[in-house]
Amino acid sequence: MKPPIPSNPQAAAPHSGVPGVVDHLFRRESGRLVAILARRFGGDRLRVAEDAIQDALLRAMQIWPFQGIPENPSAWILRVACHRALDHVRHDQVGRGKIPQLEALAEDCLAASSGEATPRFEGEIRDSQLRMMFACCHPGLSVESQIALTLKVLCGFGEREIAAAFLEGESAIAKRLVRARQFLREQKVAVELPPVEELRCRVDAVLQALYLLFNEGYKASHGDSLLRRDLCEDAIRLGELLVAHRLGDRPSTHALLALMYFNAARLPARTGVDGGSLRLSEQERALWDMELARKGSVHLAASAVGNELTRFHLEAGIAACHALAANNGATDWERILSLYDSLIALHPSPIVALNRAVALARVRGPAKGLDSLASMPGRASIEGYYLLHVVEGQLWLDAGEPAKATVSLRKAHALAVVEPERRELERRLTEAQA
Amino acid sequence: MNTPTKTQYLLLFLDTPTPHAPAPEEMQVIMGKWMTWLKGLKDEGIYVGGNRLEDGKKVVRGVKFTDGPYVESKEIIGGYIVVNAASMAEAEKVAKGCPGLEYGGSVEVRPMYPPSL
Repeated sequence: MKPPIPSNPQAAAPHSGVPGVVDHLFRRESGRLVAILARRFGGDRLRVAEDAIQDALLRAMQIWPFQGIPENPSAWILRVACHRALDHVRHDQVGRGKIPQLEALAEDCLAASSGEATPRFEGEIRDSQLRMMFACCHPGLSVESQIALTLKVLCGFGEREIAAAFLEGESAIAKRLVRARQFLREQKVAVELPPVEELRCRVDAVLQALYLLFNEGYKASHGDSLLRRDLCEDAIRLGELLVAHRLGDRPSTHALLALMYFNAARLPARTGVDGGSLRLSEQERALWDMELARKGSVHLAASAVGNELTRFHLEAGIAACHALAANNGATDWERILSLYDSLIALHPSPIVALNRAVALARVRGPAKGLDSLASMPGRASIEGYYLLHVVEGQLWLDAGEPAKATVSLRKAHALAVVEPERRELERRLTEAQA
Repeated sequence: MNTPTKTQYLLLFLDTPTPHAPAPEEMQVIMGKWMTWLKGLKDEGIYVGGNRLEDGKKVVRGVKFTDGPYVESKEIIGGYIVVNAASMAEAEKVAKGCPGLEYGGSVEVRPMYPPSL
């Protein structure tokens, strides 16, 4: 499968380059195959499925260098995992009932391993992933747990990688996953599509988790840039999986996909040579991926059905204004401001207010933007957020107040954690003091 | 394959079991290192043969079959290769390239009797 986001030519090549094996094969297969196996075991015995796939990957890692890569690596991994799972259930009273199903799956794998995977086999993997998505994003789990579980189970990330993406300790992530699995076990959550009466709230929970997953990858404030890019790709991939099914094909799903595609289109240009995130006006528009922007437009059109207006619709509209403007000067800031006005009414938050202030300053001048920041509700809660001070610093500069700008930029500099961003702020400080 | 002037050496890969398996991405990286290493040895005509070993094992002592104890160390033999090398020093040099060394493993190098002697 072609990744939804083409890799950035400026980024370092992933280190997993193995001749004859596609990049991220193990991670991708882990995500696909845990789902297909867990569907047979049930969400309450997720760990058995995860362990079986892990054992199979370990075996592949050890054997393939000596015996070569099998013709259909996925089927090989799944067949070995089936046998591991069978070994496990044979010693287990409750699991014994699963033996015929597992044997049938192992048979299917054997058939598939002689050549290309059959459409039915691929279809079953997609279907299982969709069901797994609903299980991982069960509303009974905290949003943090939903995301950690989705990354581990559906995207094949390790605990250390998840910890790195969230700037948290590995043991905190491990504990969160243990508790999440325990919940699925205790509640006997099935790896099934939700019943019709719960559908809307269950789809919303999945959309919310995918939205946060994408944002985690999109925000440039911390972590490994390749890993972040992978998070964005996975969020889009899972969103596509959801929208392809009649249950998930809803206007809000299209709106979320539009939002993710428009923002992903700008990813290649978002970081400068030194990795610091750049102001929109300094981004190289030629680097924007117009194919992704086109996909965004298709989903945006599909989202405009019915009368449901979600935050995803509004945010997709804003992202579209940025991604589709021919040049920085042609950006429709009036429209962006009006979308932010609607967004803040629907979903008031200090972060939305911060973004709205930027649009307001563009339309009515820096003084108005600064006023709205000074009087915004909940300002204290983002006082420690470096971007607040970056924005204020820039607006003071635009307002011709370099001394005040310097104060704000110094605050931002003290709060920024990532080295490239600190360098970028030093550059702006020099600019302000010149 | 057989170079008569060179002795063959057996390289035994000793793994130290770790409580946590690496993440899938990491496993693929490790596999890539092994593939690159073995391909290099094949291209240079050093590699004679080799394989991974299954986990299952029995120790046979006299007429008694036991599941252990084994050699006192916690290391287990995970695989082997046979290589052509002119000397022990050269075989050791080959062993030093083994990717397992980066992950807490070790390599035992043993000269084999030449077939003609």
